[in-house]
Amino acid sequence: MAFIDYYKILGVEKTATKADIKKAYRKLARKYHPDLNPNDKDAELQFKKVNEANEVLSDDENRKKYDQYGENWQHGEAYEQAREQQKQQRQSQQHYQHSSGSQGFGDGDYSDFFESMFGGGFDNRSRTTKFRGQDFNAQLQLDLKDVYIIEKRVLTVNGKNIRLTIPAGITNGQIIKIKGKGGEGRNGGPHGDLLIEFIITNTTAFKRDGSNLYKTVNLDLYKAVLGGDVTIDTFDGKVKLNLKPLTQNGTQVKLKGKGFPVYKKDGQFGDLYITYNIELPKKLSDKEKELFEELAKLQ
Amino acid sequence: MQNSHLIPLPSLCTHYQIEMSFFNGLNDYGLIEFISVEQTYCIHQDKIADLEKMIRLHQDLQLNFEGIDTVFNLLEKIDYLKSELTLTQNKLKRFEDL
Repeated sequence: MAFIDYYKILGVEKTATKADIKKAYRKLARKYHPDLNPNDKDAELQFKKVNEANEVLSDDENRKKYDQYGENWQHGEAYEQAREQQKQQRQSQQHYQHSSGSQGFGDGDYSDFFESMFGGGFDNRSRTTKFRGQDFNAQLQLDLKDVYIIEKRVLTVNGKNIRLTIPAGITNGQIIKIKGKGGEGRNGGPHGDLLIEFIITNTTAFKRDGSNLYKTVNLDLYKAVLGGDVTIDTFDGKVKLNLKPLTQNGTQVKLKGKGFPVYKKDGQFGDLYITYNIELPKKLSDKEKELFEELAKLQ
Repeated sequence: MQNSHLIPLPSLCTHYQIEMSFFNGLNDYGLIEFISVEQTYCIHQDKIADLEKMIRLHQDLQLNFEGIDTVFNLLEKIDYLKSELTLTQNKLKRFEDL
C-alpha cells in the first residue's frame, strides 16, 4: 500500500490554508466531475483522488494526523493506536454507509491508504440520500453478417446473465440502453442502466452507409462493350442482372430493397448500389492486338 | 401518459432531502417540467436520471441554475457531436480501401 500525497493531488503547498484547499478542491472537482466527463474512467479515478484529498485536508483533525505521520504512516506506535481507535469507531457506527454523492462510486470510493489510516469516509451530506446506481458501459463486437438478422446474445455483467435481443440493422457505434441492469442504487435507490455500444466489424465485400449497401463489381472489357448477363452476390443471395451494351466504367445501378435491414422497421430494407469497374486486359495475344488495331482504324 | 410513471414532487423532496424551492428553480429555468396531476406537481420517471445529475452538479460543484443549464446545453452538444462523428466515421468506411 503506497503513501498518497494529498497535497500534490490538490496542487497545494503543505502550508496551504483551508481556503486554499477549498479553492483547489473546487477547481479540480469541476474539472474531473463524472457528470461532466461521461464514460471517462481516468476522470472518474481522478475525481475520487481529489475527493479523498479534500476529505483529509479540509478536516483539521485528519489533516493533523496525516501531517504528523506523513510518509512514515505505516510505522510507529502512534499510527497503530490511531488505527485501533478508528477500528473501534467503525464498529460503533455499523449503520454508516458512505456515499460521495456522485454517480459511479461504489465501495471503492477510497484508496486502501485512506481506509487504513482513517477508516470509512467522512462526507455525511448524502448518507441517507437515495441515488440511482451507476450506469454500466459495455462494448459488444459483432460482424456485419450477424446484424443482418435479429441476433440473440447472452451477456454476463457482474456475474449476472442478461439475455439480449439485438434488432437487425443496428449500426456501428450505436448504443442500446438496458434499463435497471446497471449498478445498485445508493441507500435503496434504483439500479442504474446498462449501456451497450455495438462495434460492427465488416469482413464482407459490401460497404455500408446506414441501411444502404455499396459494392464494386469488376467487369471485363468485352462484357462491358457487348453487354450480357452478370450474376451478382447480394447480402442474401445471388441476383442476375442484364448488362446493357457499352456500359461505362463507374456506372452505378441501384437494386431496390437489396440493402441492409432498416433498424426496428420490420421488413424494410435499404438499397444495394452496384458500381461497375471495367477491367482492361493486362496482356494481349498477337491476334488480339491485330484486331484492336483494326478496331482503332474504324474510329 | 400513465400516472404510474409520474413521481410526485413532495416524494422527491423527501427522497433527495431537497427543498421544494430547488425544484421550482429548475422548473423556472426550463430544466425540468412539472406535470400537474390532481393538484400535485409530478415529474416523469424518465427524467429522474437528468434530475439526479442536476442535484449532483448543484451539491458537488455548487453550480447554480444558470451553471446547470450551461452544463446541460454543452453536454447535449457533446452528445450531438459524438453521434455526428460516429455517423461520419461510418460513412467514411465506404471509401476505405478504394
